[in-house]
Amino acid sequence: MKTDLLPLSQISDALASGGVSPQALLEASLARIRAVDGKLHAFLRLTESEAHAAAKAAAQRRANRKPAGPLDGIPIALKDIYCMEGVETTCGSKILRGYVPPYDATVVRKLKQAGAVIVGKLNMDEFAMGSSTENSAYGPTMNPWDLSRTPGGSSGGSAAAVAARLVAGAFGTDTGGSIRQPAAMVGCVGMKPTYGRVSRYGVIAFASSLDQVGPFAQDVRGVAYLLSAVAGHDENDQTSSRRPVPDYAAALGRDVRGLRLGVPREYFGEGVSPEVERAVRAGIERLRGLGCEVRDISLPNSPHAIATYYIVATAEASSNLARYDGVRYGYRARAGQLLEMYEKTRAEGFGAEVKRRIMLGTYALSAGYYDAYYLRAQKVRTLIRRDFDQAFATVDAVVSPTSPTTAFRLGEKLDDPLAMYLSDVYTVPVNLAGLPGISVPCGFDSKGLPVGLQLIGKPFDEETLLRMARAAEPAEHRLPPIVEER
Amino acid sequence: MAVADFEPVIGLEVHAQLLTRSKIFCGCSTQFGAPPNTQVCPVCLGLPGALPALNKAAVEMAIKAGKAFGCRIAERSIWARKNYFYPDLPKGYQISQYELPICSGGAVPVPGLGRIGLERIHLEEDAGKNVHAEGGSEVDLNRSGVPLIEIVGKPELRSAEEASEYLKALRLSLIYLGINDGNLEEGSFRCDANVSVRRKGESKLGTRVELKNINSFRFVRQAIEYEIARQVELIEGGGKVLQETRLFDNEKGVTRPMRSKEEAHDYRYFPEPDLPPLLVSRELLDSVTVPKLPQEVVEALTAAGVSAADARTIVGDPRLVEVHRRIGGDAKRAALFVVGELARAVNEKEADLGALKFDPALVPAVWKLQDSGAISSTAAKEVLAGLIRTGEAPERIVERKGLAQVSDTAALEAVVDAVIARTPVEVEKYKAGKTNLLGFFVGQAMKELKGKGNPGALNALFKKKLG
Repeated sequence: MKTDLLPLSQISDALASGGVSPQALLEASLARIRAVDGKLHAFLRLTESEAHAAAKAAAQRRANRKPAGPLDGIPIALKDIYCMEGVETTCGSKILRGYVPPYDATVVRKLKQAGAVIVGKLNMDEFAMGSSTENSAYGPTMNPWDLSRTPGGSSGGSAAAVAARLVAGAFGTDTGGSIRQPAAMVGCVGMKPTYGRVSRYGVIAFASSLDQVGPFAQDVRGVAYLLSAVAGHDENDQTSSRRPVPDYAAALGRDVRGLRLGVPREYFGEGVSPEVERAVRAGIERLRGLGCEVRDISLPNSPHAIATYYIVATAEASSNLARYDGVRYGYRARAGQLLEMYEKTRAEGFGAEVKRRIMLGTYALSAGYYDAYYLRAQKVRTLIRRDFDQAFATVDAVVSPTSPTTAFRLGEKLDDPLAMYLSDVYTVPVNLAGLPGISVPCGFDSKGLPVGLQLIGKPFDEETLLRMARAAEPAEHRLPPIVEER
Repeated sequence: MAVADFEPVIGLEVHAQLLTRSKIFCGCSTQFGAPPNTQVCPVCLGLPGALPALNKAAVEMAIKAGKAFGCRIAERSIWARKNYFYPDLPKGYQISQYELPICSGGAVPVPGLGRIGLERIHLEEDAGKNVHAEGGSEVDLNRSGVPLIEIVGKPELRSAEEASEYLKALRLSLIYLGINDGNLEEGSFRCDANVSVRRKGESKLGTRVELKNINSFRFVRQAIEYEIARQVELIEGGGKVLQETRLFDNEKGVTRPMRSKEEAHDYRYFPEPDLPPLLVSRELLDSVTVPKLPQEVVEALTAAGVSAADARTIVGDPRLVEVHRRIGGDAKRAALFVVGELARAVNEKEADLGALKFDPALVPAVWKLQDSGAISSTAAKEVLAGLIRTGEAPERIVERKGLAQVSDTAALEAVVDAVIARTPVEVEKYKAGKTNLLGFFVGQAMKELKGKGNPGALNALFKKKLG
């Protein structure tokens, strides 16, 4: 197999052994993007000149035998939610068309330091609000396994780019499942670390208490490399943790014998497709076969998670998105008066789903409704978190389907927001509880669409999660049909 | 019925900029007067993705105010977002504190009024400034993110005069604490007033009106007096006071309602998710020291013998307190110098309290010269004036200007003898009982000595020789 089709960690090995050069990898990545991204629409824009410079510098370090780390020279791409100095960053929205940030997000800075070659910016649902990437103001992204289907969302561009081998790794963000759900839909690994594990500075906010940065790759080891490069405290993000960052790749060497795995009954049952359940249960059996102890558990408040999430997330979003008012940057509508300018700018600049959520959130925070909605949602959030705390007294990780179905058709849920929201029913509780979660491929349904298995860990115990995910991931990485090996 | 039949109830909310070097949530400078939008960064511009990082110095200053006024300092307080749209508010919300502020309770000592209670003191960020120019409005965000404390007073004030006194005392206290420059014109000390009236004897509070844009002590009095009269007239005419926010128009001296759209705010406060709760440890609390408040300094000065009036004058300007402290020695005499020679020099622009040319510790050296008779009291005034103007050492001034007076008895005796010898007529008259001629003799001697004779010593010598 061509080197650039291999999972990230194997590309890293090839770079280390001199079997391939950063420039050759970049050329292969750009060639594949030119060949297939017209059909996929994973990328919103390329950063070719920056990427060539980065590849050249990486090659120099590799030649000097002083690589910056396992990512040095590896082509990756970023969801268009990361601010990158001098590069247009739109967050999938018309309101930020043409906006060029004057600074790098902390994650971008760290990735540059790690030698990663950033190839471009990836499509997403507008302001990360959505589960299908159809809410992008720049058109949807297609699923590499079936172009009539969605790659999930909101980080659909990131997932599709990795699954179609356009890049070896990618970064997305996950507020309610926006990394794990698309990873499941395209058959790659996607991880949402613990809230506070990775700095959010320079990552355009959707819901500040839920947003978390995370990586995509074909393999768990690749995800571990990407996470190691960006994790850690940041003075610019006071919600980032000061806990030391372990060597995540090193944790993968240990087996899973004796680890206790909880199967919550609320996450299997009504709503989950039988084919998804079958594949996930098979994955659980593989883990049992490797020595995991499997236990039934209950997370009784998780069924309230979607309702809770759509109050907390929209409330925060209604405030976070207030800054897009046409005064300082981004889109500004023509108007004679200030109020008219605000109203027209926001009416014309935001898409329907974003407006829906701003209105929901504004309502939830309004005088007279705050207690009934926002405050109550915070209380339920505490109960959901407490359920997990109790579960982790007896298990080391929790397992579930990542999403109740495999990839659905483009347009299928566009007019039914509730159905769309339920695509995240198993991922949302993890964000509300601030826990780490990872989606690993665990098979295919009868249509040949990938199924994802979700593992949920204790706060800051990404190591155990990665260990289990490593054990659960398939030995072979099947290629989607859009990738033609030449 | 008339205004006299009503009791006004007034509470003030003061926004005071803290004198930190950098802003509350980023490293930008807080310097006033820089060209527009030159002290900004992604954080205070509210750029997408930027996050606040708390400046500890602002917290320490808020604690200092809290300790000085006897507030309870919360071990854990919460940041909140106050949401509203305005061009000078780059994020569309202000980071403030709402349900759990850093300080609650406490009181401000006000001369003549005792202690005026506080509801709370909380930390928040300032907004930018809209600049309305021809051809459109512009926004300057240099002030965006400058730390503020909002000091919310209890409605314990009963007249415009009391409100003004409270405000003066509060302002001076903050200056003493070194946390605010007290500059109303530049807007670093701003005041809103809540005003209501009720019939005397009534215990229930009237409907309150919030007054904004009152940026001088004179305007505070004017605005409140106008508002009291307006409310009384309204009630007397059978009307009702509306709960509303009114702007003070300082040109016309009236208050008028803000346009309804500006007023119809539901701020949708909720806890700021980008900042963890503000924790104040025992160590931090203990590390913040509080200097003496103005009232305490007045008491200390009067106890040291300074007159009450002089003490108040000195305390009115902390720079004078500092000069007084540095003079040392006799507190009363030092106070007289400060409110006398020094104040005069400042008035005549011969001295600048912001940049003194002299070392106040040299003042007692002048007193010593005077007390020992080395110079006359007139000469002493001249030496002090010279010291203030140039900072030259007193001894040098005396020498350069030839101000030393002759006290040497032998030298004086020769002159006294000469005067007695050439004024036999006057000597006769003196001896006959006309003792008020003593001044004449001393004058003659002084003339001979070119004014440098010690008048006391001359007096004594003449008395002795003629007696």
